[in-house]
Amino acid sequence: MLELKNISYAVKDGDGSKEILKNISLTLQDDRFYVVTGPNGGGKSTLAKVIAGIITPTEGSIILDGRDITGLSVSERAKSGISFAFQQPVRFKGITVKDLISLAAGSNVSLDEACEYLSRVGLCARDYIDREINASLSGGELKRIEIAMTLARKTKVTLFDEPEAGIDLWSFNNLIKEFEKLHDDIHGMILIISHQERIINIADEIILIADGELRGKGSREEILPEYDCLTMGCRFTAEAK
Amino acid sequence: MDDIQKRLIAEVADLHSVPDGAYSLRANGQSVEMKSSANIIIEKKTDKPGIDIYIKDGTRHESMHMPVIISETGLTEVVYNDFHIGKDCDVTIIAGCGIHNCGDQRSQHDGVHTFDVGERSKVRYVEKHYGEGDGNGERVLNPTTVINLRKDSLLEMDSVQIKGVDSTLRKSIATIEDGATLVIKEKIMTHGHQHAETDFTVDLNGEGSSSRLISRSVARDKSTQLFRSNINGNNRCHGHSECDGIIMDEGKVGAIPEINANHVDATLIHEAAIGKIAGEQLIKLMSLGLTETEAENMIINGFLK
Repeated sequence: MLELKNISYAVKDGDGSKEILKNISLTLQDDRFYVVTGPNGGGKSTLAKVIAGIITPTEGSIILDGRDITGLSVSERAKSGISFAFQQPVRFKGITVKDLISLAAGSNVSLDEACEYLSRVGLCARDYIDREINASLSGGELKRIEIAMTLARKTKVTLFDEPEAGIDLWSFNNLIKEFEKLHDDIHGMILIISHQERIINIADEIILIADGELRGKGSREEILPEYDCLTMGCRFTAEAK
Repeated sequence: MDDIQKRLIAEVADLHSVPDGAYSLRANGQSVEMKSSANIIIEKKTDKPGIDIYIKDGTRHESMHMPVIISETGLTEVVYNDFHIGKDCDVTIIAGCGIHNCGDQRSQHDGVHTFDVGERSKVRYVEKHYGEGDGNGERVLNPTTVINLRKDSLLEMDSVQIKGVDSTLRKSIATIEDGATLVIKEKIMTHGHQHAETDFTVDLNGEGSSSRLISRSVARDKSTQLFRSNINGNNRCHGHSECDGIIMDEGKVGAIPEINANHVDATLIHEAAIGKIAGEQLIKLMSLGLTETEAENMIINGFLK
């Protein structure tokens, strides 16, 4: 179980400060599939980074299975069972797909093992395993490799930040199946930041974040009307002016 | 040969026993052993220190080792090695210089290598530089490589200096004829107060000639590096140079690229990127369970691989 207790995060803004997250408290259960959604710039990615340890909250605490992990580094959180697929995958000169999949899996992977993870994201291991994670790979390829790493890690908490970005429609259908499979296999907690209706449709619960605040947590039926109001309502209001 | 010398040879030439084929071993300013093969003839120069290496036309799948080691402090030498490579060859040459200096005086090896590569020949030239020893004496290596590539030939040069050399000026000068290709890959890591300079001059004289220079360097502590390249496109040709540097601690890296297109069909490109390790790279590897130091090492090892 992952608990966020009164999480706030503020950054300096001129002479004052700007609050990116405002007093968010959430309890997330194991074996549940959550989708975090809400308008752009509302604080969703920041929340995921707070959970992964990349951003330290200004206030509040994070409890994983009863242990306070607020002060733990990114590495320590990774070791305690948190995976994070970045929205913008990182490139490395000289480091290969095999190096990163091996690191994620915790041991040197064979071609067959690499194939298990890469084929699940629609890549042929033979073509990719020795390729460098550099500018020769497209954004979509990098994104798939990023997702394959989280599949290889098999941790109890897996965070995905907009996994659908840069993935074509055919692959997207398969990816949705993979998220479901990951959920069934590991019985861990999956938290996906997404605007995609089809990802939202397979979630156990939707978490709505807007303007740095938690606006709701519940079923699709409960949350989506508010989401529509937030996004579309604002637009029509703006046009009316 | 003593243990220090054996270790140096293993380090620079990856040799643990007497190699097959032709070889030349030089230690502390003297030629220790030389052996020619049927197709690779090594002759000692009579007018100055060094050797001439003659590789017969059509020599294929043969290699030659030529390590140089210095384990005396205060020794300074200049050595001239000239390679005369015939037509239609396919050979590998493994050179390298290791210095062990545990004294207080400077030990220096300046190797001047010339390559005359015959038509349609392919040569792979591997050069590794290494220094060690706990004395205060400087370890200095200044290699100069002069290359002439004849029609449709290819020279691939891999140059590595990862450890222990206090000061180095690496100069490569090449002229490239019709259809010939030069590929140079160098990898340098400097520590402490070390200084490394690279200086490439390439004249793409031939029609359809090409060159690729790839330099990857890491400057740690207070070390400094300078990369200079000058590519002259004098015909229909293609030239590319790429300088990537990672700076750490108080390290400094400079790049001064010069490309001169002297022919309307010359295509010349230079790319340079110097900076510290990107924070997001560290965070990505840390999010896979590495500590910050482990992540840094993985990034550098990959970069210099």
